[in-house]
Amino acid sequence: MENIGTFVQVLLRGVPETVIATLGGIALTIVLSFIAGLALLSPSRPVRVISRIYVEGLRGTSEVVQLFWIFFALPLLVGFQIVPIWAGILVLGLNHGAYGAEIVRGAVQSVPRAQYEGALALSLTPAQRMRRVILPQAVVEMLPPFNTLFIQLLKGSALLSFVSINELTYLADQVLRPNFGPDLPLVYFVLLVFYLLLALVITAVMRMLESAAAARLGRTPSARSRTSAKTTAGVA
Amino acid sequence: MGWNWSFAADVFPILLQGLVVTLQLTVLGSLAAFSLGLVLALLLRGPRPVAVVVRGFIEFVRSTPLLVQVFFLFYVLPDIGILIPAYWTGVIALGLHYATYTADVYRAGIDAVPRGQWEAATALSLPRSRVWTGVVLPQAIPRVLPALGNYVISMFKETPLLIAIGILDIVGQAREEGGRFFSYDEPYTIAGLLFLALSYPASLLVRRLERRVGTV
Repeated sequence: MENIGTFVQVLLRGVPETVIATLGGIALTIVLSFIAGLALLSPSRPVRVISRIYVEGLRGTSEVVQLFWIFFALPLLVGFQIVPIWAGILVLGLNHGAYGAEIVRGAVQSVPRAQYEGALALSLTPAQRMRRVILPQAVVEMLPPFNTLFIQLLKGSALLSFVSINELTYLADQVLRPNFGPDLPLVYFVLLVFYLLLALVITAVMRMLESAAAARLGRTPSARSRTSAKTTAGVA
Repeated sequence: MGWNWSFAADVFPILLQGLVVTLQLTVLGSLAAFSLGLVLALLLRGPRPVAVVVRGFIEFVRSTPLLVQVFFLFYVLPDIGILIPAYWTGVIALGLHYATYTADVYRAGIDAVPRGQWEAATALSLPRSRVWTGVVLPQAIPRVLPALGNYVISMFKETPLLIAIGILDIVGQAREEGGRFFSYDEPYTIAGLLFLALSYPASLLVRRLERRVGTV
């Protein structure tokens, strides 16, 4: 127990890399989710097919395999290696973007048809319809499932310890494991608490965005969106 | 370097052996998650203090990485006198982690059973155990099967992280073979394709099931 201060100090050094990997992964996830999600709804068949292949291909293979593939197989095929943290962000973003695409598609489809017809009656262009009418409403629906997805991504960042990125789990493995043998249960418990706190930060931010997005539409956050955040939790 | 077909043909059977281990872990982990999840779901309906503690446990386990939980169990189990092979530690970790998800699936399924069913069971003065085994669960379980199926598929794709405690599943074998010949393209590519070959049809199956029984 007296070593707990040391554990916290060592683990704090891993927070920046975990945060960078998670934030980078989240940014890439958002971009890919919207591109692939809207492409799934495209009127053009080839666009839909390509997006479908991306979504099913990335969801169908294991995240660990994708990580090892980008780190060990890709350099042998193309002849150069990506900077580890960028490769880590790439894997997290590509993988979770495929799940996010389905969230975007579902949310856009859940906007009542009358909204679409109304926008059409006002003779808004397709881009205006999407940007000014459909998306602002769809985004409110997306936020709770994205919250779950981002926590999933944070949890996935622990896998980066397999490829020697200096994040939380790697530091526990490399620095604390060799030196504090009998205390290891405590070490890993403290590590779990670190992840819990980071997950709580993500949830707090997403809740704020949720009420901001709802307020923009003149709604207060619905009870329904909160419960649906729970039931769709972790569909990975 | 580049792709070598004869090496690919050599590693394929070894990877299949690893795949068998992966599938075993998934089946055992799922059974653990299904039963433990039901226990958690029932505890959530118990007295308030119990429900609060169980809810806290569920949120904690869900918000933290499975990999770290695996390490935690790997070191804590021997400390409390449970000496089991790493394989079983893996099964327990998978079961425990996914039980926190299946608990909410069951909860939603139980909540979706119409109130009238409970009232009718009370009117017939069925004993409490019969209400559950004869009325509520037989209606709740079929509707949650697709959701449970999705979690089995997720678990299948997450088992490779057990290589961290030395389990030689499909990815463990791919890593060994790749390291031996310093040629990783073939083993990892084949491993990825094998995952896809199993999990994509499985997800189509779950979607069909979803259409048949409806979702909760």
